[in-house]
Amino acid sequence: MTAAVPADLRVGLDVVMVDDVVRSVERFGHRYLERIYTPHELDCCHHDVLTDGTGTWSAESLAARFAAKEAVLKVLRPVEVQPEWRSIELHRMPGGWCEIRLSGTAEELAVAARIDGLSVSLSHEASVAAAVVVGWCAQRDRGEG
Amino acid sequence: MTVDETIRQVLTEHARLAVPVETLTDDTDLFGAGMTSHASVNVMLALEDAFDFEFSEKMLKKSTFESIGAIRAGVTEMTGG
Repeated sequence: MTAAVPADLRVGLDVVMVDDVVRSVERFGHRYLERIYTPHELDCCHHDVLTDGTGTWSAESLAARFAAKEAVLKVLRPVEVQPEWRSIELHRMPGGWCEIRLSGTAEELAVAARIDGLSVSLSHEASVAAAVVVGWCAQRDRGEG
Repeated sequence: MTVDETIRQVLTEHARLAVPVETLTDDTDLFGAGMTSHASVNVMLALEDAFDFEFSEKMLKKSTFESIGAIRAGVTEMTGG
């Protein structure tokens, strides 16, 4: 007879200074943006202000997403291979909340760690953004060893 | 400017360390010295600008940027120097 044990939980937390993101966008522009964020994330963080498509970046939203990516890494606990930043995507749902979607190395690490799911919460003020990520691992049976 | 001087200049401008770059040895842990993960992205991009290359995906890991010695090894590998 086997008995189920509670799922293992992993928690990651990170904070990012919004001004650091502002400086990165100013200094490195699209090289910074496209190296770190997926097209979907960039769409979510860009506000068109003119009809020609030019607009402004929400540094707070970018900072929150970077914090979330770091928080996911703390859950995944990579040792040798570091997932590429864009393999961790914050996907905004129609209701406004975000879900985490993994691909590539990040997804492989999650599978190896038997992480069944991830949940994220983002927050930001004018100067700082934060994210907390909870990952739950597959339930194991005691007889599984 | 030598490779080491360039690396130290990049760290001065982008790593946002809690200590002066002059006090760092080859082996000093840069993350322990206050460099955040976000700052390490800026260091990566500034190194690419300074040495005119792009880090390969396999080198985009924390250990590549954890010390001046590790950065020098990465730059040397990417530039074939």
